[in-house]
Amino acid sequence: MTQTRARPLQIGRIGELVPRIDAPPKVKGEFAYASDLIVPGMLWGHTLRSPHAHANIRSVDISQALSMPGVHAVLTHDDVPGQKTFGLEFPDQPVLAIDRVLYYGEPVAIVAAEHPEQARRAAERIVVDYEPLAPVADMERATELEDLHPHKPTRGHGYREDDRPNVVRHMVIRHGDTEAAGDVSVEGVYDIGIQDQAFLGPESGLAVPDGEGGVDIHVATQWLHVDRAQVAPCLGLPLEQVRIHLAGVGGAFGGREDLSMQVHGALLALHTNRPVKIVYNREESFTGHVHRHPARIWCEHRATREGRLVNVRMRILLDGGAYASSSTAVASNAASFAVGPYETPNALIESTVVYSNNPPCGAMRGFGAVQTAFAAEAQMDKLAEALEIDPVELRLLNALKPGDVLPTGQVITGSLPIAETIRAAAALEPPPAEAFPRDPLRLPGGAGNTTRGEGVKRGVGFAVGFKNIAYSEGFDDFCAARVRLLADGSAEVHCAAAEVGQGVTGVILQVARTELGIEDVRLAPSQTATVGSAGSASASRMTWMAAGAVRDACRAVLEEQQRRPGEEIDLEQIYRHPRTTPLDPETGQITGERAHVAFAACAMKVVAEVDVELGLSRIVWIGAAQDVGKAINPQQVEGQIEGGTAQGLGLALMEEIQTRDGLITNASFTDYLIPTTLDMPPVESVLIEDPEPDAPYGVKGVGEPPTVVSTAAVAAALRAATGRALTRVPVKPDDICL
Amino acid sequence: MDVLTPRSLDEALQLKAEHPDAWPIQGGTDVMVALNFDRGRPATMLNLNEVQELRGWWRGDGSLRLGSGLTYAEIEHGELRTVLPALAEASRTVGSPQIRNRGTIGGNLATSSPAGDALPPLLIEDAVVECASVRGTREVPLGDFVTGVKRNALAADELITAVVVAPSGAAQTFMKIGPRNAMVIAVVSLAVSAGDELRASFGSASPKPVLVTAPRAEAAGFPAQVAGAATPIDDVRGTRAYRVHALEVLTRRALERVLA
Repeated sequence: MTQTRARPLQIGRIGELVPRIDAPPKVKGEFAYASDLIVPGMLWGHTLRSPHAHANIRSVDISQALSMPGVHAVLTHDDVPGQKTFGLEFPDQPVLAIDRVLYYGEPVAIVAAEHPEQARRAAERIVVDYEPLAPVADMERATELEDLHPHKPTRGHGYREDDRPNVVRHMVIRHGDTEAAGDVSVEGVYDIGIQDQAFLGPESGLAVPDGEGGVDIHVATQWLHVDRAQVAPCLGLPLEQVRIHLAGVGGAFGGREDLSMQVHGALLALHTNRPVKIVYNREESFTGHVHRHPARIWCEHRATREGRLVNVRMRILLDGGAYASSSTAVASNAASFAVGPYETPNALIESTVVYSNNPPCGAMRGFGAVQTAFAAEAQMDKLAEALEIDPVELRLLNALKPGDVLPTGQVITGSLPIAETIRAAAALEPPPAEAFPRDPLRLPGGAGNTTRGEGVKRGVGFAVGFKNIAYSEGFDDFCAARVRLLADGSAEVHCAAAEVGQGVTGVILQVARTELGIEDVRLAPSQTATVGSAGSASASRMTWMAAGAVRDACRAVLEEQQRRPGEEIDLEQIYRHPRTTPLDPETGQITGERAHVAFAACAMKVVAEVDVELGLSRIVWIGAAQDVGKAINPQQVEGQIEGGTAQGLGLALMEEIQTRDGLITNASFTDYLIPTTLDMPPVESVLIEDPEPDAPYGVKGVGEPPTVVSTAAVAAALRAATGRALTRVPVKPDDICL
Repeated sequence: MDVLTPRSLDEALQLKAEHPDAWPIQGGTDVMVALNFDRGRPATMLNLNEVQELRGWWRGDGSLRLGSGLTYAEIEHGELRTVLPALAEASRTVGSPQIRNRGTIGGNLATSSPAGDALPPLLIEDAVVECASVRGTREVPLGDFVTGVKRNALAADELITAVVVAPSGAAQTFMKIGPRNAMVIAVVSLAVSAGDELRASFGSASPKPVLVTAPRAEAAGFPAQVAGAATPIDDVRGTRAYRVHALEVLTRRALERVLA
């Protein structure tokens, strides 16, 4: 028998610019997203949702719906065979509403029919007798109003005891002398609206019964194994009878961490013994996933006359909406990174996240640090103005560096080149202002033709932000990878890391090719049945974790090959990042070496032109310097910086879910606007490569830092152009010109 | 749902008479959105895309007939740019290039939204809407055609066949404010012309289009007059106060353009 040798590696190593294999099909419209799934004989599922933000359910009558043409099943909570509730961290959310609804759009019943239209019409015939209740809609009053979760689902998890109604988590970080006074003090109150992930691919999936009581679920998600861990108990099935397969993901940004159609699709499929597909429409998608927490943040920054921070005092209030989702971690992250990447000897930070009848909030790119960066960076500019110090100099003066202590007591032991990142961004030179007359597309107001230069003022803003990489506070965070070295010399990699558009499949192949020294490496489909958990494509962790696991698996198979040359080798390895420990519930101080694994930063300079008479803006140019550890694929890193910046820019300028008494009033892309190419300028990026000692190849996650900082940086540019305080994002035209 | 596709105007009018509840569809940029949002589910759709008489535009005696199937892209890029400049500027602000390739002036009139971008520039040009049925054809001034928010004078058996305009030749412009720099529904819009008199009409600031006029000599007071004629509301896209403020600023700027 002749053996063919696999091609030795010529291209595709770590650090090389490797074009994405999924880019051409995505650009050409040929990529199969989850919503494109189709199998013969499949039924269509539809979800009946609550029109109320808060109501008791007196009764549900499905008889008319069941008799509609083409209908195969109409299910309510009575039909959930296993656990009736689920949740990413706390199972406080019913699979289908039981005797009450707590938010607008909460699923009440599900229908399967031959045609999606039949399913939709049948859902309209389900008669739900609601008793509407006053909604808890004001987060500032939530702790005094009706307790929506009197059983306190988040109690007993090591958080600070707090008996007030609707407290999901309350934490306090006490650092040094919390009363310490400075020479100067600046105060401010900042508000952040509800941002949506606004992924273009709506929630969708296909559940296929396996004929043996189990089910295969093909779904666009961020973490296959945690979906399985939530779905199986609700179905009353053992884990191995539920197999999750990653379907094409059209964006995630945290919004696919929580379940959407997974349990519903599986229930309908098992009930009808037919494959069932569910695709949310756009309006439904706005109620079908959690959003970024809206926040109100009170700040007082005390400093010396020379500009050194003395004491930072911040109170953070976040509205978690109806269910807990990942709110406890968001509140903690907001507190941990509240001060920004600055050294302060003293701090008092209080962070509270509450339940309400507003849209549920959870993970979104930046995860608590976006909100606090907006507040903290506005404060740093205020401080610079009060002290008459250049804002960049003030930031350099206080910049964190390895060896410094965070307000949680954690000493920075890894890479954190804040000053270098700030200097690199500050050194970027924007192009000079364009002369008039100009094409209206190159003016504030754009295609609307509202100015020929009248009222236009230019401003430059600067900001820096940072956050953690990977899961924190004692979470057992790991990633599995399996490598098969075949007899022909080629290799196959199995890893359940979710490709959500960030390019992790490319990263995995680059790592495997580099480690194995061959080009013939294939990536098997992501699924739960063939490999262990990869953890979530979240928290800027997936590149680090997958690279670690794939590296270790490659090295293990090569070592085994030495012992068994010529044979097929198949090994799975589990990678863990350095262990973290919880924060003390009373002091917010570390209880071990670290609460967070590592940190990454981004500094940004933004040039804005604002028509101050009409309150319209055009962001002209953005320069970013990002602390990336090691760029595995520089092109993808730049793509993440540009995309992440656009998402933060959207929050600064336009993106907000609007509500009235808990009801969403703009659930469409007609009225929830995201930036177009005329709103998002070119980004000039500088990659700062300072290897992270604890990470494989020195990598850091890159997805979140640009989003953390860009909202703050864009707002700073608008302030510079308008002279207005602009303490709330998104900034409305009214805030500028009225 | 039945989709009827007439091949001539006569056939279209006959079908509309037989199916008065049928939804006419041309570009579909409003109708398909309404269907998607489940705002209605007609038993019958009347597809007008094959009716050649509704396409394009042509000159009559001193006036122009704009077929109801005339697209924004055709207005934006063709000869009409110089004849009806404000309408062309308004067309350029509509949606994306793909939407402008599909969306039609007839659809904008039929929807009769307060935010309809074509309405203010047509109103300052005294446009007349041609409504046809098997009973005959009538011409309704645009100001009378729109009767309220998304309501108009079209009878159940009628179709909009054309918009008739005698171009004034007056200097004119159109401006539109949205929450981002392209692809927006108007928070407020404005068309202004300066011919024998000053004329203005605005979008998203009153239930139906309003024509505001003043002698040229009263240009200084015109911005306040226009803003004062508006009766906007607070909604998800903007506030009443902002719309009034913006109309005054826009009118001032428009006058600088058209009186220059």
